[in-house]
Amino acid sequence: MSHHIVEFRNVSYRYPDGTEALRDISFRVTHGESVGIVGANGAGKSTLLMHMNGSLLQSSGTVVIGDLRLDRRTRQEIRKKVGVVFQNPDDQLFMPTVLEDVAFGPLNLGLDTEDVMQRAQEALDTVGCWHLRDKPPHHLSGGQKSAVAIASVMAMHPDILVMDEPASNLDPKSRRSLINMLKGFRHSRIIASHDLDLVLDVCQRCIVVRDGSVAADGPSEAILSDKALMEENNLELPLSLMNRP
Amino acid sequence: MSFDNAYFSVGFLDRLSYQDTFVHRLDARAKVIITAAFLLAVISFPKYEVSAILPFSLLPVLLMTLGDIPAGFVLRKILLVSPFAILVGIFNPVLDRAAALEVLGLTISAGWVSFFSIMVKFTLSISAALLLVATTSFPGICNALQRLGVPGIFTTQLVFLYRYMFVLMEEAMRIVRARDMRSFGQRGRGVRVFVRLVGMLFIRTMSRAERIYNAMLSRGFVRGDIPQLGQHRFALIDLVFMIVALGLLVLFRMVPVTGLIGQYVRGVFAG
Amino acid sequence: MHMADALLSPSVGATFWAASLGAIGFASRRLRERLDERLVPLMGVLAAFVFASQMINFTIPGTGSSGHLGGGLLLAVVLGPYAGFIAMASVLSVQALFFADGGLLALGCNIWNLGAYSCFIAYPLIYRPIAGRAPGKRRIFVASIVSAVAALQMGAFSVVLETLFSGRSELPFGTFLMFMQPVHLAIGIVEGIVTAGVVGYVSHARPEIIDGASGQSAPGAGVSVRNLIAVFLLLAAVTGGGLSWFASENPDGLEWSIERVYGRPDLPEQQGAASALKNIQEKTALLPDYGFRETPGGQASVEAGRTLSGIAGAAIVLGLVLALGLGIRALRDRGGRRA
Repeated sequence: MSHHIVEFRNVSYRYPDGTEALRDISFRVTHGESVGIVGANGAGKSTLLMHMNGSLLQSSGTVVIGDLRLDRRTRQEIRKKVGVVFQNPDDQLFMPTVLEDVAFGPLNLGLDTEDVMQRAQEALDTVGCWHLRDKPPHHLSGGQKSAVAIASVMAMHPDILVMDEPASNLDPKSRRSLINMLKGFRHSRIIASHDLDLVLDVCQRCIVVRDGSVAADGPSEAILSDKALMEENNLELPLSLMNRP
Repeated sequence: MSFDNAYFSVGFLDRLSYQDTFVHRLDARAKVIITAAFLLAVISFPKYEVSAILPFSLLPVLLMTLGDIPAGFVLRKILLVSPFAILVGIFNPVLDRAAALEVLGLTISAGWVSFFSIMVKFTLSISAALLLVATTSFPGICNALQRLGVPGIFTTQLVFLYRYMFVLMEEAMRIVRARDMRSFGQRGRGVRVFVRLVGMLFIRTMSRAERIYNAMLSRGFVRGDIPQLGQHRFALIDLVFMIVALGLLVLFRMVPVTGLIGQYVRGVFAG
Repeated sequence: MHMADALLSPSVGATFWAASLGAIGFASRRLRERLDERLVPLMGVLAAFVFASQMINFTIPGTGSSGHLGGGLLLAVVLGPYAGFIAMASVLSVQALFFADGGLLALGCNIWNLGAYSCFIAYPLIYRPIAGRAPGKRRIFVASIVSAVAALQMGAFSVVLETLFSGRSELPFGTFLMFMQPVHLAIGIVEGIVTAGVVGYVSHARPEIIDGASGQSAPGAGVSVRNLIAVFLLLAAVTGGGLSWFASENPDGLEWSIERVYGRPDLPEQQGAASALKNIQEKTALLPDYGFRETPGGQASVEAGRTLSGIAGAAIVLGLVLALGLGIRALRDRGGRRA
């Protein structure tokens, strides 16, 4: 099952203004794993995620997605396997209606109208938003937008699902729906989040990022309940673990 | 119009455009064409025509009632933008003082007649524009324009404009509120602060454009036109609508219906 | 200032629609040739930005009145003349549709007046030469003001011409001109200052934005002067043709129009204001084309009897339409709004 592997080998990235965002990062995610990426603001989580579909290209090191090494030529192909849901749904729902947004990806894959409609319906049903299909995105609530953004990525049938702060704009109920949904997915999932409780709930494995490097990498239960480790990395215990003796 | 009012009225009009009525379901191209023909017909009436234009009010009224558009909203908008037309039009009665009609002992100058002509045309043309948007979603209008021959680059970015204008209005409102909360009275409402606010908004907008483009790339877009899902087909009802509407427009433009009705009624009463 | 439908004649309106659509087509073709894919979402989003910014008011120092950003010049500076024009045209379209600013027929005029001059003339022929490459704050300032003033003067003058050729308004050419040009001089200066401010602010904070985006167009290049002249000549020909059609158009006797009665004296009750104005005119001679018309203007004649028919008919027509409207409303309310 090599085609669902995400591997970073000694990856570094420096922004045009000189900021070193990633320093020699290495890790490997295999098929079906659900991995949480946590870290303080500015630690490099978003930068890391942007490498996973070639939105950014590393300054040095190698990124391997499935059988492909990431570079300028392969990233188009990689984007068919890796679906990234970015932080702000407004930036991703750029079509006039929900249906057209969800259809955008499949249409770009070259599928015919019938297949596109079927995928769109499936994806929207999964997130419970089929009834919103003719609505313009600006008529949707925050939770609905997030759900549709996820659907728009799911419709491409990616092998690997990457999400950047998926719960940040959600009210408690929507957040719970999202968590349940994510737990039901069978894809490899890589989720960057400040919401440590979500990570604890959804992800079996957790990678702690600090100053552009991997500070810790292991089972979520172990990592997120290690108070000293959390505080060292400018984090704290998930709320649900806080009152444990 | 204050920011909040402007934002609200755009939002209201936008929501009206997504209703589901017979009028809303008509092909957007038909509505665009009929609106254009309507405007041309109304505007083509000569300077001193007033009563012959009145039958044209039938179309806006039908659109409003069949399309569930609140008349109050339309009237209020007309009132709101009328000052400019009144301002320019009022010169007519002032300057054109030749007497034109005698009605029941009153003498009305030609200037007043042309003024009323302007106001009637104004009311009808504004209604037509508003009702086009109110009964056709904006993206629908853009799509219609593109299929009628307007260049795709223009219509595509027009749709983007529409998609993001609400987002940007909200961002702008937040920035303005922040300004207003910290400027007491007039301080802070000057050009310097404005430039900084707009500059900030501009930079944020550029960043947003980058992110949007990146999102497009991430879902497989490479180059060329944005893929379309499928187009509404022209149906029989659309054709019927167009024929009837065009017929009415031609009728009202060519035949002085108002005058004839008046004459007939007077004839009935006279004899 | 925006042109309005009610002041427009079909020939003038159609002429400028043709010109604007031609310009849009022209700009679109140019963009297609060298299309940077980023441009389409960028144009749309920047247009949305201009649209939103126009709602933010600021006080103009010294006058106390409020102003807002026009945006044509700014869009040209950031996007280049073609993309800038298309973006500006879309802002005006949305304004016409959502705010009823001017109207849809006049939209053609407005796109031309407020978009073409700033993007196709002021930007390449004035702004770019003055600003040059990598301009400092002072150059940006000077370039912006001169460009904005020029663009707005041309735009204002066009409005006056459009109103004149449409013949719907009595406003004398001279008077209107005397009002529009100075007002738009002031507006142009403000627009220039604000545009310079924003460009300066952005150049300072994120220099790569301005340089990168406008790098597409070398000074004046691409906007072929030959094309511009061709467009203007076409405009002149069509307008001239349209005018003669309009002038010879003679509403036939059946239409209810007004006869200007030859020799009827001024209406007594309005003597006050009119004679006061007449005095001003004689004393100051500031308004050269001012004239009070008391003689027939060449419209078709009609008998007085038709007047009453017209009025009676008007009342009936309005009544019928209103009744129809209310009736349909009532039916729909009762039927629970079935389609």
